[in-house]
Amino acid sequence: MSDSIAIELRDVVKRFGDVVAVDHVNLQIRDGEFFSMLGPSGCGKTSTLRMIAGFELPTAGSILIHGREMGLTPPHLRPVNTVFQSYALFPHMTVAQNVAFGLEMRKVPKAEIARQVKEALELVRLSGLEERRPRQLSGGQQQRVALARALVNHPEVLLLDEPLGALDQKLRKEMQLELKSLQARVGITFVFVTHDQEEALTMSDRIAVMNKGKLLQVGTPTEIYERPNCRFVADFIGETNFIDGVVIGRDGNYTVLETPEGLRFRGLATRPLSDGTQVTYSIRPEKVRLLAPNGELPPNGLAGTVMTVNYIGSDTRITVRINDRRTIDIWEQNTRSTLDRDEYWQPGEAAVIVCPPDNALVLSE
Amino acid sequence: MATIQQQQQRRDRIRLALLLTPGLLWLLLFFALPLVIIFVYSFMTNDALGRVVYEPTLNNYITIFTQSLYVNAYWRSIWTSVLTTVICLLIGYPLAVFIARSPQQWRMPLLMLILIPFWTNFLVRIYAWQIILANNGIINGFLEMIGVGRLTLLNTEGATLVGLIYGELPFMVLPLYAAIDRFDFTLMEAAADLGANKVQAFLRIMLPMTMPGIVAGSVLVFIPTLGQFVVSELLGGAKVDYLGNLIQRLFLRANPINWPLGSAMAVLMMLVLLVLIMMYFRVTSEEER
Repeated sequence: MSDSIAIELRDVVKRFGDVVAVDHVNLQIRDGEFFSMLGPSGCGKTSTLRMIAGFELPTAGSILIHGREMGLTPPHLRPVNTVFQSYALFPHMTVAQNVAFGLEMRKVPKAEIARQVKEALELVRLSGLEERRPRQLSGGQQQRVALARALVNHPEVLLLDEPLGALDQKLRKEMQLELKSLQARVGITFVFVTHDQEEALTMSDRIAVMNKGKLLQVGTPTEIYERPNCRFVADFIGETNFIDGVVIGRDGNYTVLETPEGLRFRGLATRPLSDGTQVTYSIRPEKVRLLAPNGELPPNGLAGTVMTVNYIGSDTRITVRINDRRTIDIWEQNTRSTLDRDEYWQPGEAAVIVCPPDNALVLSE
Repeated sequence: MATIQQQQQRRDRIRLALLLTPGLLWLLLFFALPLVIIFVYSFMTNDALGRVVYEPTLNNYITIFTQSLYVNAYWRSIWTSVLTTVICLLIGYPLAVFIARSPQQWRMPLLMLILIPFWTNFLVRIYAWQIILANNGIINGFLEMIGVGRLTLLNTEGATLVGLIYGELPFMVLPLYAAIDRFDFTLMEAAADLGANKVQAFLRIMLPMTMPGIVAGSVLVFIPTLGQFVVSELLGGAKVDYLGNLIQRLFLRANPINWPLGSAMAVLMMLVLLVLIMMYFRVTSEEER
């Protein structure tokens, strides 16, 4: 992976009538990286992708591909190719004709087209299906044709618009890994749009999280998961416990907040926060520790009562009530392979939860 | 003793026969039989009083192939029908795309606008075109106002063509709309994405995929246009003979009337249609491939 920039968005805005679909987005996508744009539907991720492809033009701002300003350049002159959500395979053409289309448009000699089509179909493991029509293929196979049809053109950037959305869960997981390894082999920059946070975490080098047209955070999967920079990102990626309160001071590296009922929590703040700021404390369920009470509370500990215990195989999900209006979710990994659940936490049992401040975040809006 | 299956098959056959009999009878009586009569008449002789004499002859066909009046009528009708079909296609395709691409709530009203003329009798609408094209008509009034002066519009072959296009356009637009409405425009984006400009994308993707609509519309326009006689009489002023005018005259108004010759013309017209449509299907299905 080099450090040069494949795609740059400078202050890009897209309005559809009164609706702001993309709101002043600045973004740099590096050469050779697997970059995901993640967000709920309507967050502007697809609009952003369509602007890079040239299907839509930005209302304001500019898009650069390898330093070249795209301006009004129509899609067919841009050095990018797209894998569409619906695949958009040409139904009246065979698989081979579909894959050859882009090369034919660029007037590549016939023999060369045949060679490259063969190669591209080998790359996506579809050799032998050249003469089939798209409707004779399964969803996963159609997906591969769409990939081959785009990759055969050796685009500078491959744009993928929720390409796995139509596949069933198992196939989806397979394709995730396959896409990832394919990307590593061809070395082309992938820009991958998805609303599935797990998919984004699994596949990406970096992720951009969007909501309501705004770019909220860009970072590696670990950064996005471990250090979300706002409540929305923490909520959208994975599960978390939220506790609202106000900042009352600092304790070393940690920011301290207090809830209306007087509970105090310590966590890391992503930016300096002055006392009195309304904040949200966030801690992931798997970071919270659950202990048996032994008289005195440990640091960062809170007394509570176990409410529910749900065994889900890989881990057990426990809800602990800490006062009349608050509960905390805790996930404990089932590291012991015992069938005897009687020794485990039981509803109604008193317990102590510990929230390590290094794994907790204090987020402002 | 018949098995259950045999009994069921027998019952199904009876049911099918009952359902199909009315339609078959209708087609036999009012379609096949008249065709056979026309075909037989076309080889008969006409007497001086316009009566069909049952003496087999090929003279009717020889007359049609040797006299320029008839040969010209065939060429004129074929040429006019081709022209009408092509112009209807050129007007109708963009129109159908426009309707299919309109917001959902506008599509039905727009289609209704195409259909509304059918609420009025075709003859009445063609008379209305006389008023528009007449020497002291609407268009000439406007042309005089802007200083161009009056032109002869009515009773020309151009007027016939305009009337035909006007009358046949809906039959082109409706099947085109049906085909284009089914077309997934994402495919045009995919083509553009793969380096096709607008023209290439249209020719390689949209045209072949909407070909069934083009074929259906063209056939629906071409067939009635080839045999028409009303428009060329009312707007063309019956100055030149189209196939339909000649056939109609031979059957009803010639002195003496000549059913055998008229029948021969009709049989040849059907042959022409058959050959042209088969050629058309061959060409368009090759394009699809």
